[in-house]
Amino acid sequence: MTSIQKPPVRHPSLQQNALGLTKRDYEGAMSTLCAGCGHDSVTAALVQAFWELDVPPHRAAKLSGIGCSSKTTAYFMKQSHGFNSVHGRMPAIATGANAANKDLVYIGISGDGDSLSIGLGQFCHAIRRNVNLLYVLENNGVYGLTKGQFSASADIGSKSKGGEANVQPPIDPVLLALTLGATFVARSFSGDKAQLVPILKAGLRHKGFGLIDIISPCVTFNDHDASTKSYRFTRQHSEEMTAVDFIPLRREITSDSETESRTAAVSVTMHDGSVVRFRRVAETYDPTNRDAAYAHVRALQQRGEVATGLLYIDSSATDMHAVNRTVDRPLVDIPFEELCPGNAALDALMEEFR
Amino acid sequence: MIVTPASRAPRPAPRLNDFAFKIATVNGTGSASANSLLMQAVFRMGIPVSGKNVFPSNIQGLPTWYEIRVSKDGYTARPSEMDLVVALNPETYAKDVAAVRPGGYLLYDSSWPLPDALRREGITILGVPFGTMCVESFEGDRARTLMRNIAYAGALAALLRIDMDVVSAMLNEKFSKKRALLDSNFKAIRLGYDYAMAHFDCPLPFHLERMDATKDWILLDGNSACGLGAVFAGATVGAWYPITPSTSLMEAFKEYSERYRVDKATGQRKYCLVQAEDELAAAGMVLGAGWAGARAFTSTAGPGISLMSEFVGLGYYAEIPGVFVDVQRTGPSTGMPTRTQQGDLLSIAYLSHGDTKHIALFPGNPEECFYFMPQAFDLAERFQTPVFVVTDLDIGMNDWMCRRLKWDDGYRPDRGRVLGAAELAQVKKFARYADTGGGVPARTLPGVSPKGAYFTRGSGHTSSATYTEDADEYREVVDRLARKLATAADAVPEPEVDAQDGATIGIISIGGCHAAVREALHQLRRDGVAANYMRIRGFPFGRSVRLFMAKHRRCFVVEQNRDGQLRALLAIETGTPIERMIPVLDYGGLPLTAGFVINEISAQLRLMQQPVPEGEMDGIPTGGAMRGVE
Repeated sequence: MTSIQKPPVRHPSLQQNALGLTKRDYEGAMSTLCAGCGHDSVTAALVQAFWELDVPPHRAAKLSGIGCSSKTTAYFMKQSHGFNSVHGRMPAIATGANAANKDLVYIGISGDGDSLSIGLGQFCHAIRRNVNLLYVLENNGVYGLTKGQFSASADIGSKSKGGEANVQPPIDPVLLALTLGATFVARSFSGDKAQLVPILKAGLRHKGFGLIDIISPCVTFNDHDASTKSYRFTRQHSEEMTAVDFIPLRREITSDSETESRTAAVSVTMHDGSVVRFRRVAETYDPTNRDAAYAHVRALQQRGEVATGLLYIDSSATDMHAVNRTVDRPLVDIPFEELCPGNAALDALMEEFR
Repeated sequence: MIVTPASRAPRPAPRLNDFAFKIATVNGTGSASANSLLMQAVFRMGIPVSGKNVFPSNIQGLPTWYEIRVSKDGYTARPSEMDLVVALNPETYAKDVAAVRPGGYLLYDSSWPLPDALRREGITILGVPFGTMCVESFEGDRARTLMRNIAYAGALAALLRIDMDVVSAMLNEKFSKKRALLDSNFKAIRLGYDYAMAHFDCPLPFHLERMDATKDWILLDGNSACGLGAVFAGATVGAWYPITPSTSLMEAFKEYSERYRVDKATGQRKYCLVQAEDELAAAGMVLGAGWAGARAFTSTAGPGISLMSEFVGLGYYAEIPGVFVDVQRTGPSTGMPTRTQQGDLLSIAYLSHGDTKHIALFPGNPEECFYFMPQAFDLAERFQTPVFVVTDLDIGMNDWMCRRLKWDDGYRPDRGRVLGAAELAQVKKFARYADTGGGVPARTLPGVSPKGAYFTRGSGHTSSATYTEDADEYREVVDRLARKLATAADAVPEPEVDAQDGATIGIISIGGCHAAVREALHQLRRDGVAANYMRIRGFPFGRSVRLFMAKHRRCFVVEQNRDGQLRALLAIETGTPIERMIPVLDYGGLPLTAGFVINEISAQLRLMQQPVPEGEMDGIPTGGAMRGVE
């Protein structure tokens, strides 16, 4: 089977962004995932988010590991470089690419098997380094490509399609990320585009590692009644902690916007000057308090509920390059003449080896 | 005080600048600085010298040895025998006294009575009360332990006639800003020196005399050389996980980058060094950075190579440049981490699953380490593939005499076929994996142009980088990869060939074996054995290697592993019948000696000269594990 390209037909009335590009310009190859797969909804939200943010497609790089989720990098932004690497190792590729060229917008797409089992170590260490990357974890609790084994995010008691109950406790990527010091932690649902798109936009603008854990049901292997990662379960048990509005830098903020009409409790200014506004849905929730965020998510989890929204943000954190004190230019742009010390320096150095 | 004079025979004529000695101590007691002081002093006296550190995988308390060879003829391989052993570790007394050649000398700490373990006929035993003298002269356990080392250096200076002016100058350089340390070092040196001068017939029959043979030379270890080479090659991203014996390589890269790559005005770095969570991640970071357009590299050892295997296969198939330095150590598994070996040759040649093959460079000494680094980056970018620089613990961690390094300021990196925005504007449609000549495709970097976008994947792909499960489309790409590696065979460093008149046999070696094999060649020639010598420096093997193999009916293949990996590789890649290659294998973890090579080859040659009944040798398979044809 070869990849399927979408026909480049465009309707003249399609809306354009500031670059004069339509949403079609942010699409990719035709998805080969199952009809109704949550991942395709995430793809659509990503198209929307990148288009709305006016990101030039070739200035973005899409990276992934292996699995159903990791295939989705092929399904959006065909004018971006994409990289489908090896299982669980996308963070390493992203770290290296970002080390070389920090000016690109990096989006990593992973799944629960890719991130929480085989790639758990790399996931944790990319968070520790605060690599400037939006890490999208399409979480369905199951291994799809190998036909239905439990993943490390499956809840105890959640049943497989064949009726077997999972007995091992789940790893919650949100709680893990909060523990490891992640500077942007969110959870959403593939079926809630209205919530997802602004979170993606905020995550793309966050300077540092942004995690979005997206419950993205597997229609083929994990969408039945006894599953806790099904569409129905997620709709019934998700509780939005904070709803988010993302206001890009160049857009004027008007006080009579819809945002203001609700309880706009917290505004966080991002590194590039854009603003994330949190509408508090849960009355006492403070998305800038790591410990409180952890406690709240944990409390909900123990009641069988799933906390969603932008759960934690620290926009003042320093990313990998800031810690390294790398030059402002991307390393790939530095001419060789500036990198090589030359023969005179070498000759002087030789005296130290005598 | 001479405890047991070997004999009162008339004093033989002195042997100048041609001897070896070793010092046996306990690691973590500070003997390393005394040992390097001794070696450097010999070097500064203009005399060719080499040092081999035989150390444990431990921080404190286990036996360690330092072997110093002085050779007016410039032989730097590990010495075959010891003229003098300094035995300061009671745990290894028996082994150390046995290591003295007949008629040689043993120096021990006579603060305590001579232990039975050190008694031996036929050698001269010298005692210096280092411990007692240091207890009387210094305060505190730490100072007494440290200064005992400097004191034995002082005694050796007297016994071997090391120029005390040179030693003084070195101490002054080293401790110019630490007055108290300078004073105590001088005091300790004098303790040992004066005692030896007063009690022994100094110098010993073998000793030093100034020469002028090291003027254009330096003392350099391979790890520093590789790290420095990476800086000069323009590498900007290093990713690594600490592992003996490669750790000091990335530390050298960091040190020289801090010196040469930090913007003086802003303090900002023109490099990014990432200490990865493991070798898998390090390999992935190298590929990520190479994909994005940087010159990126990692350094590791055998266990790390095993972990990098999956990513290296991705780099091969997705065609991403990256440089991987393997400082080999003794395997398998954890093996002996502080001992040397050449045990990764086969695994590197074909690392990862599926049909793979990799470019590898094999420097024979630290000097070549430096020059091979830019070549490795050039080859990685030209052929868009992982390139290995394969050294070993002996090259990487020991100080070798090398010619002063020079840099050609006209050098510019070979970035390979990278299409920029202007070139992309000229092409109708960019096909990432199409042959543009010699099996090499063109690539684009992210961020440059929407027209250059393509999808990098380790899954089956077509010549235009789209996913495929079609047999023909798959074969088109992997067949081109085979052509690409064939092209690379004649772009890697040529073997170094040393031909002799009338030679019929060949000797082949690789990497750090070179010093010992070169010395063995000279000795064999004196013994009437003429051999042509080829030192492999690159893989895949090019025309020159095939030619050498074709020309010789019998070759000895000298390498440091049990199974004859180079020999196997030559058989696989050049089609040379394996029985035409006689393995000479040393794999105990210590650097190769010329004596071993001479003994093995001479023994095999004697066997060959014995008449063999007709037909008996034909068709007998001599597997790698079998020692020769015996």
